[in-house]
Amino acid sequence: MKSSFKIFLKGIIDVSPLMIPVVPFGLIFGVLAIDIGFSPLETMGMSLIIFGGASQIVLLQLFSGGASSLVIISSVGAVNSRHLLYGAVVSEHLSDLKLIWKIIISYFLIDQAFAISNEYLKKNKNNNRYFHLVGGGATCWVIWQSTTLLGIILGSAIPEKLGLSFAVPLTFLALLVNDFRKLINVVVIIISGLVATLGYNYIPFKAYVIVAALAGLVTAIILTKKNKTK
Amino acid sequence: MSNWALIIYCGLITYLTRFTMIALIKKEMFNDRIREVLSFVPSAIFPAIIFPAIFINDSGSFQLEDNPKIIAAIIAMVIGIFTRSIIATIFSGLASYWFLIFVI
Repeated sequence: MKSSFKIFLKGIIDVSPLMIPVVPFGLIFGVLAIDIGFSPLETMGMSLIIFGGASQIVLLQLFSGGASSLVIISSVGAVNSRHLLYGAVVSEHLSDLKLIWKIIISYFLIDQAFAISNEYLKKNKNNNRYFHLVGGGATCWVIWQSTTLLGIILGSAIPEKLGLSFAVPLTFLALLVNDFRKLINVVVIIISGLVATLGYNYIPFKAYVIVAALAGLVTAIILTKKNKTK
Repeated sequence: MSNWALIIYCGLITYLTRFTMIALIKKEMFNDRIREVLSFVPSAIFPAIIFPAIFINDSGSFQLEDNPKIIAAIIAMVIGIFTRSIIATIFSGLASYWFLIFVI
């Protein structure tokens, strides 16, 4: 059996290519948070406590738009619902673990670590194979915290007219690159985007993220159903 | 609600979505159909952040004309479709945006 440390290292190596886009993402988050008016300590606290790029950016976006706390928290919840899928998929590999390990691993169950460890967990049957997920997650943790800190420091030095806030939609756009080739996904993307844009000023409490996401999911449910009965 | 309370609640809900399934799930609770629908979550949610950030201007109104963000986002999307690279998508979008606002 491979040593746990070697599997941990393998997780670090496998996740490395996916860390390149995390660097600008973390920097942008740090710069924007300071720009919006969060203190350096609060900004660092967000990265440590939440540890999720999409959640943190949504928090900033809605906070700066003047949304209420309840709307912000439920929008963050909606953005995070994809983790339910990740958890469900990896849970079969973790079912024999002690609760304390499940508590630790949950903190590291992020997009990038899931993407690489899902493959590894399927192919390997060692009892300690979950160290791969911990390795990937810990790598991302170190990069996310250090780029947030760098963003906080650079925050005041980066001129506002550079329009760095445009990097936010670009980052999310980049996370969808594989979905643009699938027809149902493209329809879902357009429906959600249209509802959010047209409803931006009319949907109360800045709840447009939730309303648009639900519209997109309902579209997906209808379209995938039709697909099957054909 | 104070900023810290907001951050902690957002952290809690993020953590719970990660923990719930790992700790509680029994395999039969998640059939293929639910898995299939959940796989559309990114496509359903991310556009709700992308589209308003491109089409709604700083004063909160819809802007279609004289909006360099639309062109830059289309360039980024095309680059993304062909390269499938996250980093190429982000940088081609930023580079075209800067080109449009500073050079032209």
